[in-house]
Amino acid sequence: MNRLFKTREIWLALAILAVVVLVTLRFPRFAQPQNLLTIFNDTSILMMLALGQMAVILTRSIDLSMAANLALTGMAAAMINAAFPAIPIPLLIGFCVLMGAALGAFNGVLVWKLDIPPIVVTLGTLTIYRGLVFVLSGGAWVNADQMSRDFIQLQRGDFLGLPILSWFAIIVAGLVYVLMTRTPLGRAFYAIGVNPTASVYTGIDVGRTQFLAFVLSGAISGLAGYLWISRYVIASVEVASGYELTIIAACVIGGVSIAGGIGTVAGALLGAIFLGVVNNALPVIGVSPFWQMAISGAAILLAVVLNARGEKSRGRVILKKAEGVA
Amino acid sequence: MTDTSLHRSLPDRLDNPVKSTLLSWESLLVLVAVAIFVANSFASPYFLNAWSLSDLTFNFTEKALIALAMALLIVAGEIDLSVASIIALASTLMGLALQYGADTPALVLVGIGVGIACGAFNGFLVTGLKLPSIVVTIGTMSLFRGIAFIVLGDQSFKGYPPSFSWFGQGYVYWVISFELVLFLVCAIIYWVLLHRTNFGRRVFAIGNNAVAAQFSGVRVDRIKFVLFCLTGLMSGVAAVLLTARLGSTRPSIAQGWELESITMVVLGGVSILGGAGSITGVVLAALIMGLVTFGLGLLNVPGIVMSIFIGALLIVVIALPILWTMWKERRP
Repeated sequence: MNRLFKTREIWLALAILAVVVLVTLRFPRFAQPQNLLTIFNDTSILMMLALGQMAVILTRSIDLSMAANLALTGMAAAMINAAFPAIPIPLLIGFCVLMGAALGAFNGVLVWKLDIPPIVVTLGTLTIYRGLVFVLSGGAWVNADQMSRDFIQLQRGDFLGLPILSWFAIIVAGLVYVLMTRTPLGRAFYAIGVNPTASVYTGIDVGRTQFLAFVLSGAISGLAGYLWISRYVIASVEVASGYELTIIAACVIGGVSIAGGIGTVAGALLGAIFLGVVNNALPVIGVSPFWQMAISGAAILLAVVLNARGEKSRGRVILKKAEGVA
Repeated sequence: MTDTSLHRSLPDRLDNPVKSTLLSWESLLVLVAVAIFVANSFASPYFLNAWSLSDLTFNFTEKALIALAMALLIVAGEIDLSVASIIALASTLMGLALQYGADTPALVLVGIGVGIACGAFNGFLVTGLKLPSIVVTIGTMSLFRGIAFIVLGDQSFKGYPPSFSWFGQGYVYWVISFELVLFLVCAIIYWVLLHRTNFGRRVFAIGNNAVAAQFSGVRVDRIKFVLFCLTGLMSGVAAVLLTARLGSTRPSIAQGWELESITMVVLGGVSILGGAGSITGVVLAALIMGLVTFGLGLLNVPGIVMSIFIGALLIVVIALPILWTMWKERRP
């Protein structure tokens, strides 16, 4: 089993390497460490979001509201900062995480207590949260000149040669890794995905675990809200519009099974990095950015086909899946 | 509890008095629709007017056409998130055909043909390669719209002939638009298809238990493939109507429509887990969404705020019956 996971991630890492090598053959400057670090930094937010989405998908759920949550929390942070520039940024970040977690908990409660399918719940909250951004801001933008210097500069700071934004991604990845591999909760995420009925008999509260997965994805969305706004220094209703599908795409490319129970931190990270590398490589090799969307679509399809071949070896489980495709 | 297999292991639904439950769901929708209608007519003096009400229908007919086919697909336990992207691709290729001098019948053929082809592609990936439809259609959603972006970039196609525009702007009789007539005809066709044919019964069978259906001789994969083609076809039709109505094509056309169509289906009482639902409910849900957006529009509520109402409506309408049952179970 473990070897199966390993080969999948190695395969993906090789694909990323191949893209980098191919581009570098024609444009040697692409593989310079500085450029690769830039790509990593550009992808940091997507990596964190993909990890949150992975936790949810592992439990056979899906969170379509992450990007809207990000936009709402980011707008709230930007407006607080514009109104009270004196509030220290770490405090503001803490607020973002809590607010995001609360929005995620709202999804989670509906899934847990009312047993509404996650796709329906988050389809609803996706439009609600996005609409609330407009209500909160009155449709106005928060621009760079309204944000405090710290608000913008914090994540651009440098620590051991890496931007702070990259460190955020590394720390979140570390925490999620520990959560997934070293805690009962992490094991519960996987257990529910593989077999919810058996999980109940082993004493796992399925609804509560799904709730916690939504809280996690919400908290990460909230953190990403601050990081996104301070990175692109504009808060508007349109922030990260449609990004929820990019997040899911990163997970799928990273080998996270939409049927639940399969997926690793490394996979989700690599899936995000793959999208980041491709998006950064396109302008370098002179392909119009309008190709981006079609290429990531093709990458998703290719990834699903390859993942499905990997999962077929799981024998009986695939039978269950065939009857349970939602 | 949230285990979907528990849902599937329920005793055969065909013997249950499902009909009464469905009836109550639909009557709830009728109540909601009437309430919103009355509220609208009080809220704005411009609402109760034949032309206003006619304009109202343009708000939902195109999305609702897709929702009809989507309902069957969801009843069968699958989903198609790529419908809006199919519109974008079909519209783009229609525009491209226009550049090569295609006339109106050819444009319509291109639109519908692209729709069916895209649906068939989805259907092949899901049934031929045994992939989960939600991921496949997230992929094709990017792919189809991505191709539209490759063709168009930041440009747009314009200059559709007036005979083509009629599909989106023309009236059959007085205030009755072509779009509305087409929607009503399709609604009847889909109602008959789902509720009065063997095909429809097989769709329900697949949604309740695909494996059991397979063993009872239902060609599960073939029916699912047909359903994906139908959804593609309706998206193609919607592309023709929308392109004709707007008179131009941009790659960002119909952005976010997949979610609105699915909201209509779910609001209409179709179980997202498959196996239950009715076309009547979907038509009512489409009407409700049209009423909400149009009424709020008359009150100058911006579109983005309307989406809050739509989202809340979706959750509340689904949560209320559940809360009601929980409350009733707790009482005795």
